Amino acid sequence: MEALPIKNALRSGDFISGVVLTALGIFIIVESSGWGYSSPDGPGPAFFPFWYGVGMIVLSLALIGSTLLRPTFNAGKPIDWPMTGRALGTWAAFALSIALMAPLGFIISFTLFTFLFVLIIFRQPVLTAALTAMFCTLGFEIIFPWALGLQLPVGIFGF
Amino acid sequence: MDVLSGLAHGFSVALQLNNLGWCFLGCFLGTVVGILPGLGPAATIAMLIPLTLKMDPASGIIMLAGIYYGAKYGGSTTSILLNIPGESSSVATCIDGYQMARKGRAGAALGIAAIASFIAGTFGVVALSLMAPPVAAFALSFNSQEYFALMVLGLALVVLLSGESLLKGLLALLVGLWLASIGTDLFSAQARFIFGQSELLGGLDFTVVAIGVFAIAEVMASIEDGEESQILPVPKGILNLLPNWQELKACRFAFFNGSVVGFILGVLPGAGATIASFVSYGLEKAVSRHPEKFGTGVPEGVAAPEGANNADTGGALVPLLTLGIPNGASTAIMLSALVLWGVRPGPMMIQESPTVFWGLVASMYIGNAMLIILNLPLVPLFAQILRLPVHMLFPLIFGVSMVGVYAATGNVFNLGLLSLFGLLGFVMRKLKFPATPLLLGFVLGDSMEQALRQSLMMSQGDPLTFVERPMSAIMLALAVIILISPLLGRLNRARLRAITENG
Repeated sequence: MEALPIKNALRSGDFISGVVLTALGIFIIVESSGWGYSSPDGPGPAFFPFWYGVGMIVLSLALIGSTLLRPTFNAGKPIDWPMTGRALGTWAAFALSIALMAPLGFIISFTLFTFLFVLIIFRQPVLTAALTAMFCTLGFEIIFPWALGLQLPVGIFGF
Repeated sequence: MDVLSGLAHGFSVALQLNNLGWCFLGCFLGTVVGILPGLGPAATIAMLIPLTLKMDPASGIIMLAGIYYGAKYGGSTTSILLNIPGESSSVATCIDGYQMARKGRAGAALGIAAIASFIAGTFGVVALSLMAPPVAAFALSFNSQEYFALMVLGLALVVLLSGESLLKGLLALLVGLWLASIGTDLFSAQARFIFGQSELLGGLDFTVVAIGVFAIAEVMASIEDGEESQILPVPKGILNLLPNWQELKACRFAFFNGSVVGFILGVLPGAGATIASFVSYGLEKAVSRHPEKFGTGVPEGVAAPEGANNADTGGALVPLLTLGIPNGASTAIMLSALVLWGVRPGPMMIQESPTVFWGLVASMYIGNAMLIILNLPLVPLFAQILRLPVHMLFPLIFGVSMVGVYAATGNVFNLGLLSLFGLLGFVMRKLKFPATPLLLGFVLGDSMEQALRQSLMMSQGDPLTFVERPMSAIMLALAVIILISPLLGRLNRARLRAITENG
């Protein structure tokens, strides 16, 4: 346990998420203000969003307040950045493969994703990565489009 | 239709060859995901929903439910052999199960876990068969005020038990409600929060949110953890998997305790199988003649939590099927699947969709029998799954997630959203925001808004309508008590203890 300097509190996940959620609450209220709070039949489309938006602002301000006013701070387990980086790197590769899905289609983008994932994130030999990527994609092609008749994204190359 | 004729009808559905096949597939997949640490039933059910959309609703729910309760069976294998729970509900099983395995009684521990799961799972289904019709009949008197109050009460319980911080649970719930609002308002046709994207006019697809927040985030968290463990050997041959007479005798109260505690806590929203297994373990230890031996590898320390986490399944289906209120992530996903097939879970479900309701209940009797067969003689085979390298498993999960979302929505835009929700789920884990309230808020958001607005329309905008009806007033009062209870020091300490044990 150590005292929580204000600088640490401002950089803590709780403070940042509190700020983001306050902003989301404000956005919800501002956005819903144009839709009508009530109508002749009863509550309008803005009624429910307005109230949970208010709730979100109140609760996220409470989260910010409780973070800043906490007398002591349990730093907990420090973030293991190399391991977190592995997870985020995986996500980045996944997002990139989805971005490439429209132009390149499922087969190429998923093969590329699996190859890079096994090679870089799990540091396997190139041959292992290539074989894993090839057999995974082949398995998906056999099960979904051929056996189940499900259409997968097709790219500019026609597959 | 009374219980016996309902069950007869249910068995005529569940015993059809194709439904037996779906039941077996669900139980098999459930056992596999239960064994695999890092992939839970919620994520698996979410990934497979899109592939079941063209199925008959009875067959579809029979398979998805098989995954749900099959995972509870499979979770014990990893707990006993690796000391790593395959599911959060198997954490308590690690305590004595792994110690038994270290003493060379791995086979007996696996056998006791399977037998306890079978007894308690069957008890849970019998109790579900008997309780669901009267609960549904009682709920027929509910109108929109009671439904709104019931949803508030259910969500309050889920928030209370979902994480260390009540504030974070409530905030996750509100984000879920916001996500549910995205799309066209059903009352006024007003487009809400669509950010200029016409793809969002129909609202966010449930599979995108569920697969992203659970499956993708789970895999990312597993990659971050990157733990490697040594698996203990499993004895071959069914005789080596059977407990001896003394061990069975020691478990006789644990079988009963696990069944009753698991079912009762399963009915309550938010409590769930994990808490049920710890309560049952604690009760077993409290009444034991040798409590000091718990933690050193006593068979009843395996039987009680394993029984509880299986009886919980029957309990959890009571509010889901009779009130339309899920009590956790897996049941929330099953609720959405039923809605996608055009089935409305709630008090009218037994009358409107008897084939789905009784077919599901009957399939659970059959599924429990299938699972004990799968989990006793075939457990050495299933244990081999733990040797599958993760660098082969994870791309498959990513692939099934992508195919699932694409099959359900038919556009790449939703795949982009899938990656965003995956990142959101991962960030929520890192910041200790619970994901279950978000998913329940998202699933119940539309119904909650409808019930709220209908009630206020009927009362000409008078909010007192919610407290003028006794049932509604009681449920809202309970919800308020639940939400302010953590402010009372002793109650909060008890809540935190339950959550800490929850893992």
